[in-house]
Amino acid sequence: MIWQQLQSLAGSYPLALRGLGMTVVLSLISLVLGTLLGFGLGILRTGGNRLISAAIGAWVDLIRGTPFLVQIFLIFFILPELGIELDAFTAGIIALTNLAACFICEIVAAGIRSVPTGQVEAALASGLSRWQRMRQVVLPQAMRIVLPPLVGQYVLLIKDSSVVSAIGLTDLTRVGWLVVQRVPNGLLVFFLVGLGYFIVCYPLIMLARRLEQRMGAAHGEVQL
Amino acid sequence: MLENFSFRTIVEYLPLFGQGLVTTVWLSLISFAGALAVGIVLSAMNLQRGWLFRVPAKAYIDAVRATPLLAQLYFLYFGLPRLGFVLPELVVGILALSLNSGAYVAEIIRAGILSIPRGQVEAGVASGMTYVQRMRLVILPQAFKVTIPPLLGQAIVLVKDSALLSLISVAELTRAGQLLASDRFMPAEGFITIAAFYLLLYYCLKGLAALSGRWLGLQPARSST
Repeated sequence: MIWQQLQSLAGSYPLALRGLGMTVVLSLISLVLGTLLGFGLGILRTGGNRLISAAIGAWVDLIRGTPFLVQIFLIFFILPELGIELDAFTAGIIALTNLAACFICEIVAAGIRSVPTGQVEAALASGLSRWQRMRQVVLPQAMRIVLPPLVGQYVLLIKDSSVVSAIGLTDLTRVGWLVVQRVPNGLLVFFLVGLGYFIVCYPLIMLARRLEQRMGAAHGEVQL
Repeated sequence: MLENFSFRTIVEYLPLFGQGLVTTVWLSLISFAGALAVGIVLSAMNLQRGWLFRVPAKAYIDAVRATPLLAQLYFLYFGLPRLGFVLPELVVGILALSLNSGAYVAEIIRAGILSIPRGQVEAGVASGMTYVQRMRLVILPQAFKVTIPPLLGQAIVLVKDSALLSLISVAELTRAGQLLASDRFMPAEGFITIAAFYLLLYYCLKGLAALSGRWLGLQPARSST
């Protein structure tokens, strides 16, 4: 019986590959877009304008305070009511990008705030423009604080992409759900699904840990 | 636009939302208690010198952290019956949340214990305290303080994660929103209302985290939820 199940599982490998592909594509697109948007928002958040900063803070709180599943439902079911037609894939990308941007915004803002004011003042005194100050003085130093949690955030993003299966996208988790209807062995099927995520996420987790140690050491902090 | 937004329907469904909210709260509370139990055991295993306990604990923590909760939930939901455990969805959900959050709680506790300066332990040793005495009287009281704010952060994550239980048809808050959305074809009313309820829970927990930080005399740490 287990042999039959294994055969049946082996037969569904094209589906599994498609699911893994969908998970990777979803994560990758929203990772790139979310990072760009997140950095932009983070810079604006720490930029002098209080109104903009407060507005971004409020939006980030809204996103951090609600479950991602609810956000997906809101985007997928309510945007069409506002006259914006979108398919499940676009809805998934929007939801994931927005989520990533909000978390990355806070990470970047924390990084920028960690750069001593003296650095900014020195840049001002050297006559650097706003853009030069950000690009050549503040951001390079902020990156040390930003990088480890940023990689950690990517892991969260890949894992959160599993939730888009709820609106019918055939990602890795959805494939597991489909296969388990035919091959009634939930342990084996979802062990394999988990393995798929593990292979993608675990190296990133290791990277985040390495970065944390390296960045901490580079800062001259004592490792206890 | 949403000019047909019907507050009347929301009021009509308020008892359902209320039930969903109550279910979300108590199942989160039970799951959090479970997560604390799992986390304490795991972190105790993880801090051992010998590999016999440390390696399995580390493997478990990594496996949980590198896979999505939804896959873990389905693993238990479709897998447990195969092992002969046919449990109600609610129990499976609480189990999944406890086992998942437990891994994160274990890391928080471990970080808290490791944050106690080495000198404290050495002072304990020099005073002739046993291992248990050192843990109980020196390390844990100090570590306890440091772990409270991140634990509350984890509680926020847990409450939000509990929304996934609606996908195995547990009648919690998100499920209530789905019911309104599908019964009356009113997704806006359903999902905006539950989003508001989740925000309410979020701000309560966030306020509690800020207060606890102040009570314990800690710096207002920015929680990374």
